[in-house]
Amino acid sequence: MIKEQDFLKDIASYCIENSKKLGATDVGVKVIHSVSENVSFRNKKLDESNRSDSFAINLTTYIDKKKSSINSSDLSKSNLEKLIERCIDATKITPIDENNSLPDKDLMSKKIEDLKLYDETHYSNDKKIEFLEQVEDAASLDDKIVNTESGFTENKNNFVLANSNGFQNGYKTSNFSSSCVAVSRINGTMERDYEFGSKRFLNQMLKPDEIGKIAATKAINKLGPKKIDSEKIGIIFDKRISKGILSTLASAVSASAISRGTSFLKDKIDNEIFPSSINIIDDPKIQKGLGSQNFDSEGVENNSLKLVENGILKNYLIDTYYGKKLNLKSNGRSGGTTNLYFENGNLSFKELLNLEKKFLYITETIGHGGNIITGDYSVGASGFMVENGELTYPVSEITIAGNFKEMFKNLILANDLEMKYSTNAPTLLINEMTVAGK
Amino acid sequence: MSNFFKNSDIDASQAEAIVTETLKNCDDGELYLENHKSESIVLDDNKIKSSTYNSDQGYGFRAVTGEVVAYSHSNDISKESLIKSSDNLKDTLKSKKGTYHHEIPKTNSKYYENINPIENKTFNSKIDLLNNVNNYLRSKGSIVNQVTANFLGEHKSVEIIRSDNQVLKDDRPLVRFNVSVVLEKGGKKETGVYGVGGRQTYDDYLKDGSWKNICDEAFRIANVNLDSRPAPAGEMKVVLGPGWPAILIHEAIGHGLEGDFNRKKTSAFHNLMGQQVASEGVTIVDDGTLHQRRGSLTIDDEGTPTENTVLIENGILKNYMQDRLNARLMGTKSTGSGRRESYKHVVLPRMRNTMMLSGKYSQDEMISSVDKGIFAVSFGGGQVDITSGKFVFNCTEAYEITNGKIGSPIKGATLIGDGPSILKEVSLVGNDMKLDPGIGTCGKAGQGVPVGVAQPSILINKMTVGGTKL
Repeated sequence: MIKEQDFLKDIASYCIENSKKLGATDVGVKVIHSVSENVSFRNKKLDESNRSDSFAINLTTYIDKKKSSINSSDLSKSNLEKLIERCIDATKITPIDENNSLPDKDLMSKKIEDLKLYDETHYSNDKKIEFLEQVEDAASLDDKIVNTESGFTENKNNFVLANSNGFQNGYKTSNFSSSCVAVSRINGTMERDYEFGSKRFLNQMLKPDEIGKIAATKAINKLGPKKIDSEKIGIIFDKRISKGILSTLASAVSASAISRGTSFLKDKIDNEIFPSSINIIDDPKIQKGLGSQNFDSEGVENNSLKLVENGILKNYLIDTYYGKKLNLKSNGRSGGTTNLYFENGNLSFKELLNLEKKFLYITETIGHGGNIITGDYSVGASGFMVENGELTYPVSEITIAGNFKEMFKNLILANDLEMKYSTNAPTLLINEMTVAGK
Repeated sequence: MSNFFKNSDIDASQAEAIVTETLKNCDDGELYLENHKSESIVLDDNKIKSSTYNSDQGYGFRAVTGEVVAYSHSNDISKESLIKSSDNLKDTLKSKKGTYHHEIPKTNSKYYENINPIENKTFNSKIDLLNNVNNYLRSKGSIVNQVTANFLGEHKSVEIIRSDNQVLKDDRPLVRFNVSVVLEKGGKKETGVYGVGGRQTYDDYLKDGSWKNICDEAFRIANVNLDSRPAPAGEMKVVLGPGWPAILIHEAIGHGLEGDFNRKKTSAFHNLMGQQVASEGVTIVDDGTLHQRRGSLTIDDEGTPTENTVLIENGILKNYMQDRLNARLMGTKSTGSGRRESYKHVVLPRMRNTMMLSGKYSQDEMISSVDKGIFAVSFGGGQVDITSGKFVFNCTEAYEITNGKIGSPIKGATLIGDGPSILKEVSLVGNDMKLDPGIGTCGKAGQGVPVGVAQPSILINKMTVGGTKL
């Protein structure tokens, strides 16, 4: 069973009181309990069951402008006593940093609204097994599928965030997720693809047979890929990966990257960085949202934020520390974005595919080839050739490369946005990038 | 004496009894106990950005029968918690019956000392060194835009209790020291990163001013990249430098030779045992026994002593890397490759130090044989799709080669290849094998473990370079 707020609050208060007794001028603490149960299947048989029950405590102590932190999983008072002492000792001899402080009191979150982030339903392991049987039955219908692996995870969390300025709040969250990976084979070569879904509430989940069917279809469609010639071509990003463009934007407009001068978007505030039709929003208050939160990881209140409006960069993602460096107030983005998304474009998926005679449609990228400092981008990719609006054949063992600054400016969105992850984008087209193949 | 039950309501013999009772109808399993202390001290933007100390302890209780693994873990080392986990495992495996495999080899070897690197160097001297790094790099001129440096140190004690009171123990130190510098010239910014580490004390890597070499190397890489031009796009010859570029071996070959993917027949290598998968001069091993190396282990996380496993010998595929579960199901022995990130994670077959051994050619011979290609010296990370065999890695320092001569540096680019065929394209193997500096972390199924790589310079006949210049 997941521990209740009072249990976690007791520990948080103990940490704050003891830190202050030992000389801390300010204290911030987070206490977390999470219980997770996972069942996985392989080739229609039970493969693994995994139960996890874990505590975590993160404590930061300040002595004026000096700061140090400890993390532990052992909540016993004897352990905490020792660790707090160690934390205070380290704080005393850590050099001063003028920007170290708790958030301003008037920015702290004052109320908790019910964002519907917790579903108390417990789905027993026997139920999970039934679910996975259906996933795998649907995934194995075609005899080109030679291996299936699927899993169901149920997660329950509760936390309390507190600081020595009197802030103390927290709430429960839940997650139900299921995935299926299918391997297809033809003529001795194999391909792998997957379907994955995660929801706050059990009854929001995709039907098990849909998960299996999507994974299998995708894996079969990838069979027999060709390597294509190197060329400049328009690239369409499938929704599974188009959200990566937003993650890059988020890293590049974090107050830390901006204040350190290590972002290709430094000095671009109030400048047009996307076509004028583009709007990008980060909204923490979406009901049942996977990235939803009542306050950020410092307890600062946060609300919907337009990062990009009509193509113009309007806001950074700001926490207390880097906000002070930039002379800006925190906008409740300590810990990063919440539910980040592009507003829909005007074209349907079909219309996008028909904009030109030939495109490359990318469904998967591999590697970490984005450079936030220079904006240079180069990753491995696989997908399909699109000719006259139709997917004609699978393509693999290629790379796509460009620079985010130009990619952002040459971006066209479809109107098929779905809220499937915490960061979401519709299918998108980038007019010209370099493909390296043969 | 076990320290894990010191503050618990249960003693070691009671815990052993629960283990034996839980596993009596199982093929395998153990109670894995772990105490992990770690620290991170970061200097960034002229300030000590953070200093964090982590203390984590818990157990992972595993029962295995046939192919089915039941796992339960918790921070709470108590009678109630262990009994609850035991019930959970027995419930999952209720319809199965197995025979416990007791055999586990013994070892007297030790590949590192039981030292705690965190306590071995004072906090003040760590802060001083970080400040020295910052001052030293910034004294190189106003082109130095940003300096980040950090200490990462840990000490992990593990105890593995198997059925019938078999107890195995290991104490593992690990450190890493990293420097990253951003240079700016004429409106252009580039980064250089370098680090060192292994299973010794910090000072073994930093003493006598050797920290300056780390700074110099990071500075050199960033400086080279300030002059970089767009990288070419397309298939061409690639010369890889010695040492860290061996992450090519790790991605292209290593993952595909892990036992689980081959038992499940989802690896592109699963039907290639005994066959020629590489050019004749190519021999690749995975060695857990190198002294004080980042990827070394005295025993793995199932208690099996590690070994030097030959994966490919003169181009022929010889062995997979195995943990106990996959070895048993494939009718072979564990190679001491069963690893887990922590007590929160199940055991998987993983790499340790993966190395291509030296051949006979010089790097000069390789470069002078290339009309058009690139020379890749330093890399960021890599990734592989086990099933299709396609893998990538990112160059962070590379040069054009034209008519046998090294030309201008090129921008970071991703290289992509096909695992089962890439080693057949290795036409020359160098005589200059080098170990990496001790900074690698490998990710698999959400678990990170420290690993090492090594290789000599190699010439690859054909590989796709993912630049922007056609």
